[in-house]
Amino acid sequence: MKAISKSVPKRDHAAKISGSAVYVGDHPTDDLLFGRMLRSTKARARVLGVKLPVLPEGYFFIDKNDVPGDNEVHIILDDNPVFVEEIAEHIGDVIGVLAGTDEREVNILLKQIEVDYEELEPVFDPRKSDVAFFDFGYEKGDAEKAFAEADKIYEEDFETGLQEHMYLETNGIIAEFKDGKMYVRGSLQCPYFVHRAVMKATGLSSENVSVTQDVIGGAFGGKEDFPSILGCQVAVAAYKTKKPVRVVFDRHEDIEGTSKRHPSFCNYKAAVKDGQVTALEIDVLYDAGAYATMSMVVLQRGIIGCGGVYNVPNLKVRGQARKTNTVPNGAFRGFGGPQVFFAIEMLMTHIAKDLQMDSVDFKLKHVAKHNDLTSTSGRFHFPVPIPAMVKDITEASGYYSKKEAYKNQSGRFRRGIGLAAVYHGAGFTGNGERDLIKAVVQLRKDRDDNVEILTAITEMGQGVNTAFIKIVAQELGLPPERVILVPPDTARVPDSGPTVASRSVMTVGELLRRAAIRLKAEWRDGEEQLIEEHYKHPEYMIPFEMPAFRGDAYPTYSWAVNAVEVEIDTYTGFIDILGAWGSFDAGTPIDENIVIGQMEGGFLQSIGYAMMEKMTADKGYIRNNNFSDYIIPTAVDVPNMQVKLHVEDFPLGPYGAKGAGELPHVGGAPAVAEAIQNALGVNLHKIPFLAEDVMDVLRRKGGI
Amino acid sequence: MANEIRFKLNGSEIVYTGNPSMRLVEYLRGEKQLTGTKIGCKQGECGACSVIMDSELVNSCLVAMGRVNGAEVTTIEGYSKTEKFAALDKAFESVSAVQCGFCIPGMVLASESLLASNPHPTEEEIREGISGNLCRCTGYNSIVKAIEIAAEEGSGLW
Repeated sequence: MKAISKSVPKRDHAAKISGSAVYVGDHPTDDLLFGRMLRSTKARARVLGVKLPVLPEGYFFIDKNDVPGDNEVHIILDDNPVFVEEIAEHIGDVIGVLAGTDEREVNILLKQIEVDYEELEPVFDPRKSDVAFFDFGYEKGDAEKAFAEADKIYEEDFETGLQEHMYLETNGIIAEFKDGKMYVRGSLQCPYFVHRAVMKATGLSSENVSVTQDVIGGAFGGKEDFPSILGCQVAVAAYKTKKPVRVVFDRHEDIEGTSKRHPSFCNYKAAVKDGQVTALEIDVLYDAGAYATMSMVVLQRGIIGCGGVYNVPNLKVRGQARKTNTVPNGAFRGFGGPQVFFAIEMLMTHIAKDLQMDSVDFKLKHVAKHNDLTSTSGRFHFPVPIPAMVKDITEASGYYSKKEAYKNQSGRFRRGIGLAAVYHGAGFTGNGERDLIKAVVQLRKDRDDNVEILTAITEMGQGVNTAFIKIVAQELGLPPERVILVPPDTARVPDSGPTVASRSVMTVGELLRRAAIRLKAEWRDGEEQLIEEHYKHPEYMIPFEMPAFRGDAYPTYSWAVNAVEVEIDTYTGFIDILGAWGSFDAGTPIDENIVIGQMEGGFLQSIGYAMMEKMTADKGYIRNNNFSDYIIPTAVDVPNMQVKLHVEDFPLGPYGAKGAGELPHVGGAPAVAEAIQNALGVNLHKIPFLAEDVMDVLRRKGGI
Repeated sequence: MANEIRFKLNGSEIVYTGNPSMRLVEYLRGEKQLTGTKIGCKQGECGACSVIMDSELVNSCLVAMGRVNGAEVTTIEGYSKTEKFAALDKAFESVSAVQCGFCIPGMVLASESLLASNPHPTEEEIREGISGNLCRCTGYNSIVKAIEIAAEEGSGLW
């Protein structure tokens, strides 16, 4: 283990454990107006009129007519209005905000508002939607020829469901308009995303909008695109009322009104010749919801990863994100990866079974090697450690002997074990860093020779502040207490890009390391110094061409192998997790405890995604809108989780670090699903897979 | 006065004359600015608002002010001044068990409640003991480990 990996106390530990950390809901309420959203109760309807009760003094209603700039939230297509312009596109679409001094009174008044709708025909099933926000495709090799020459062709459909982030702290924003400037703060991952969105919605210039991050109570992508929407709404409310306005959602509203993981419908065709998959033809469909928000980038990551960790010479891929009249889906840890990795991993197990091979052996025959072509005809420029990680995990889990032992079972309880091998492309897709983000970081030294870190990267619990301080302190040879992390505030910190895509430590951390090296070289005792460092694109990368999807989609890849063992009660359908084993390669950990904590937390979310977390919408209305209807894992659900780190250094990351945060949310679900199918002796094609799905299988099989 | 509610909050005597149906969590956060007690659901499901009331771990979102009459209530702000907290604090820090932190004040009070009744719990008992407190970040392993360490290092405190 490298010296930098040795764990240190987290910088945010003391404030959080003692309860003194200030989250957006913790600011004193004396001067604040409480805001509540007036939401559409129709899935698709023209809003003909809004009839307000008489509002007492100090109470305001804010809607589309109050937007001083454009009534558009800047994300990608900017199609999400700040407030419904004419047609509400989903249940929960925000028509306006009611703000006032007393929270209870606001709630009472909100219920008295009458909205006159003309209902329109909604679409809930993306397979029946004729609006594709995005439609991409690419090819590699000659899939048509490979299919023509195949011994056998397999075709299967796969489905994944909605997944809710269920961060413990709901979304919340405070905005205040004072002396011509808009101040926005709250629970948000990407201060500059919100900054640009609020500029557009208010028409204010860059220097007149300031966005600050409060302590964040979990995000996982759920505070990536969504706070741009809420930020604009609250900022417009503050603009009109000339008072600070706070909106913090209650749990129901957060679940019903904010983004989730895209449900997917994938069709996979595989050509097999001489026991080898020679071609894949893949059709990926993501349910975008009512507005495009982040779907473009989520879909891109999905179609790039849809062939899994395998070297398949011929590919034909199409991907669409279609509109439905449901709450827009957005960023969620894994970002389009978990859906397709589930599909490809299951398909590989099904083909292996048909060929009477063990699924792990079959997968290993196909795993890409160092310097092989990627799906987009880029290169795996660095070693692919999957075989070594598979060896570790099969040994740790007792995979082969258990798989053998579980072949012939009888009785009430049936066991199964599954193993998945996955990657997560580290950092932004394609040339995003170079062309769009252009990250900047600063180090500022004061006269007392203390050093401030200035970046826009947000701490959400993932440990990035501690990691950044470690990197800078190490390079400067300073004790960590002399390195200060400036909380992200767009008025103070440069735009180092959003806190997304597992890029913070790998990309921004490396910029800080380089800045620290320069500061050390130029160090002058007792003087103020400012060092600024800009992103440089790795020279080895094969330029990524769009819309051809050709070239290096990612500078490098993080890898994971996960195994899960289950026991199923065939009387009740209940699925018990007996063990979960994970080997994760995120490069050198900047802090071992922190990276292991990320892996454990993400792995558990991924297991939940596969067999606990089910969210259904009834004609666009989300039914599972609380913790008892949408079940996330508790401390007793996965008692035997063992995580280890495998280290393949990335020469361009700080000390060899690669992307970490999203990696653990990719492979857990297919490992669970394979374990379940082994226990039940059937092929699985969808997650989540719950007790009722087990019972359904048993009913159709006529018992077990 | 008939509608006077007297109780002890973090060791101080409180006389409350407001609405007896107000939730304890709203009183703590709104009137006392004790914002270490978090709101995750207001339905008694997540445990983020856990406080200790007469040695019992309770969800303060489900406790009406009328019920606290005569009770002794400890929030994280009061508990964080104790020696037992120091042992848990050190243990949580040593394994980096605090991520977003939103569940943590409640989790610490759940740990206290568990250790007060069972000073040397098994791993299974720890998991059971904190199963009413949801954490979405850690996967729980580090928290369970931290409580094991605190029980060991803080032996004799509980």
